[in-house]
Amino acid sequence: MQEKRQLITIKGTRDGFSLFIDDSCTFDTALKELKEKIAAARPNKEDPMVAVTVKTGDRYLDEVQKTQLKEIISEENRFTIQAIESDVIRKADALQWKEESEIKAVNRTIRSGQVLEVTGDLLLIGDINPGGKVVSTGNIYIMGNLYGIAHAGSGMDQNAFIAASFMKPSQLRIADYISRAPDYESSGVYMECALIDKNEDKIIIDRLKRLSHKRDHLSSFERRMKNG
Amino acid sequence: MGEAIVVTSGKGGVGKTTTTGNIGTALALMEKKVCLIDTDIGLRNLDVVMGLENRIIYDIVDVIKGSCKLKQALIKDKRFDYLALLPAAQTSDKTALTPEGMKKIIAELKQEYDYIIIDCPAGIEQGFQNAIAGADRAIVVTTPEKSSVRDADRIVGLLEQEEMDPPNLVINRIRSHMMKSGEMLDIDEIVQVLSIDLIGIVVDDEAVIKASNDGEPVALKSNSKASVAYRNIARRILGENVPLQSLEDEKGVLQRLKKFIGMRT
Repeated sequence: MQEKRQLITIKGTRDGFSLFIDDSCTFDTALKELKEKIAAARPNKEDPMVAVTVKTGDRYLDEVQKTQLKEIISEENRFTIQAIESDVIRKADALQWKEESEIKAVNRTIRSGQVLEVTGDLLLIGDINPGGKVVSTGNIYIMGNLYGIAHAGSGMDQNAFIAASFMKPSQLRIADYISRAPDYESSGVYMECALIDKNEDKIIIDRLKRLSHKRDHLSSFERRMKNG
Repeated sequence: MGEAIVVTSGKGGVGKTTTTGNIGTALALMEKKVCLIDTDIGLRNLDVVMGLENRIIYDIVDVIKGSCKLKQALIKDKRFDYLALLPAAQTSDKTALTPEGMKKIIAELKQEYDYIIIDCPAGIEQGFQNAIAGADRAIVVTTPEKSSVRDADRIVGLLEQEEMDPPNLVINRIRSHMMKSGEMLDIDEIVQVLSIDLIGIVVDDEAVIKASNDGEPVALKSNSKASVAYRNIARRILGENVPLQSLEDEKGVLQRLKKFIGMRT
């Protein structure tokens, strides 16, 4: 008789338990074995809660399946699911992720009355004239003069920022924050960036070199993968 | 085969009609065959500026509707044969004018004339769309005021979406002393924001107002500064390389002498 392969493996790591689910069997079979495994290993009521990370390998789980899994593991069994990790994502999700993490380069002047909207980061090589507007879901980099309106992180990303060679904007918007130019004539600033200061709870403008301190995730490409 | 140039600005009252009339006159003075078209239906006044009001029999709407031939509606200028005007309708239905109709008229005029200068109505609605429909290139007129520059910027944005050469810029009504003192936007600032090529600057000149009231384009009067400016624009349209007019007022002989011998003026 062929030896039955283990469909569910539990391994202890530094960060708690990892629960591996074999990706070659059907989901129902895996669930069934998982129930048995947990029933057998049911820990004592007095034991502390154990956090597990579920790893599904090359299996894609939809929301229904995730809920099923959570129910079995969490329900009265003294386990909590820390995360469900899969090596695969859906093509649509991958494309969306690509769209959101890409830098869109645009080379033109945004004139009065024109609106440029992009998903992801925007690199604008050109000016935004008074009355013009750019909107991006990510960061905005402007190699040119910003006189109009720039709206970064339009999908409520409060970590987004706006950097420009020269800015004398009529309005800056980041996520749901808005700041406008003062009523007196100001001179504008060179090589600065605008971002949300959590302590002051408003948009501040700072020198570009300070950006690396305040937005250290900027250098790592994987930031968006972690976020979403 | 002629070239059609539309003169536009977005904002009203910056001098589109005056610019159209004077550039047309200046080109005609250089012996180019020029036809002016007024597309401001209901508010025509290019004919008034040109002093041709009392000669209107048919207008552009009559041509489009087929009530008359194009040749019948054209008014020959009283001063020279090289210039003609196709007047706008004053009372007829505005909606009669369409981009297609304009294209047809302009195509026909191009056979006969070297330059067709189109006076565009203010605004960015249908009238604007009609005026730019048949044009090969555009001249954007602005004054050194923020609101005017803002509207010009909007117009340049709209023109960029059309299939035509990048527009040229005329800065009108310049008051040199205000520009020098910084009370008015200066030329470099305007050109930098609009980022299109400057084709001429025209100073604010009382002679222009007087001339348009007389129905004589100022370009015909050789002595005024604005007149020289318009003729320079016409030369630039013809491809000549003409330096920009100096904004300084003409200095007297004594001041020039003082400068020559190195005294402070």
